[in-house]
Amino acid sequence: MALDKYGIARRVARELKDGYYVNLGIGIPTLVSNYIPEGIQIMLQSENGMLGMGPYPREDEIDADLINAGKETVTLLPGGCFFDSFESFGMIRAGKVDLTVLGAMEVSDQGDIASWKIPGKMVKGMGGAMDLVASARHIAVAMMHCTPAGDSKLMRECNLPLTGVRCVKRVFTDLAVLEIIPEGFRLLERAPGVSVEEIQRRTAGRLIVEGDIPEMHL
Amino acid sequence: MNMNKVFENAAAALYDVRDGSTIMLGGFGICGIPENCISALVASGVKDLTCISNNAGVDDFGLGLLLKSHQIKKMLASYVGENGEFERQLLSGELEVDLIPQGTLVTRIQMAGMGIPAFFTPAGYGTEVMKGKEVREFQGKHYLLELALHANFALVKAWKGDVMGNLVFRKTTRNFSTSMARAGTVTVAEVEQLVQAGELDPDQIHVPGIYVHRILQGSNYEKRIEKRTVHLNTPVT
Repeated sequence: MALDKYGIARRVARELKDGYYVNLGIGIPTLVSNYIPEGIQIMLQSENGMLGMGPYPREDEIDADLINAGKETVTLLPGGCFFDSFESFGMIRAGKVDLTVLGAMEVSDQGDIASWKIPGKMVKGMGGAMDLVASARHIAVAMMHCTPAGDSKLMRECNLPLTGVRCVKRVFTDLAVLEIIPEGFRLLERAPGVSVEEIQRRTAGRLIVEGDIPEMHL
Repeated sequence: MNMNKVFENAAAALYDVRDGSTIMLGGFGICGIPENCISALVASGVKDLTCISNNAGVDDFGLGLLLKSHQIKKMLASYVGENGEFERQLLSGELEVDLIPQGTLVTRIQMAGMGIPAFFTPAGYGTEVMKGKEVREFQGKHYLLELALHANFALVKAWKGDVMGNLVFRKTTRNFSTSMARAGTVTVAEVEQLVQAGELDPDQIHVPGIYVHRILQGSNYEKRIEKRTVHLNTPVT
């Protein structure tokens, strides 16, 4: 059965390693922070200017001066710190952030990502996504495999305006984990009970299936 | 000595803002925005403004107020997703908009405050942001040439400031404000607490007073929250 968004977040969380500095984008990526494996310490970077972002505050802890990049009220963990956006994007550009997890509208089988604009329809802006994808050492995309209309979001080429080119390394969807290699999307894992044939059917880009594809561990 | 930087209120500090001015406004979303200065701009009725700000406020607060009153001609921002009026004016062509990657935007502002005319960044390579820009390759990676971004006025809000113009910020309110404070031809800081010289710890200053031309004690801060998210599993005390 395909995963829900919480399942995708749980699977992405297994990529976290002790000591990682991690930037989580808005949407499914934000949920990853709920599933950090036991015994692992990571520091969340929020690009508006914070390292060591903690969970949402209790009602009595809410502070209008303390928000994350999604403009939500949050807390700061012990050992965290604040800085300005110039400093924040300096650390992003210099590759200090170990893992960046982003949502996307489309990903191509060469690692291009489109996530910020639907011409004539939706203009929200790129925010920090273009800076992140151009510089992060390891970029993972967490998204649904298909649009609500059933169209694949894993494409040969992106149709929508790009956020970055040849930058995505791994894609985590409700159906599969895929690695981007020069030949296309290499299928690494299937969601529990999802067949390789279904993943093939729902992937518009080039899909490489080698040997037995294991089910995900969650 | 107070170097005559202290103004009575935001309206007094913004006495020379003219139609067509370029204005930077600090804040991320509506966190740390110069509320008093925005109200003064709305009241003054100045128009045809070019505003530089990471976001465009929400429909009825922050920069959204200046949008609603059609005082903004052009907007430079990175993310405007929270403002329906903005999206409407943009799609209908009433508002000119330049969307700029966030790290590029803040660095362009900071560079203006540091006397550096341009810099190279990889953000936007291969996208529509690249259009018309010089591309250079360094160590096998492509970079775009981006120019420093100046403004007639930079309006920022700090937690504390002294009469010399030194500023201290609280938590995530530093965001774009410390860079903008450096970049304004005229920088106006409104503060929650205006103190005398010597009252701030000189080791903890975020913006040295040399960058700040005018300072005022702000009033009636609403400090609205855009997305009030709480930890639901924890009992409320």
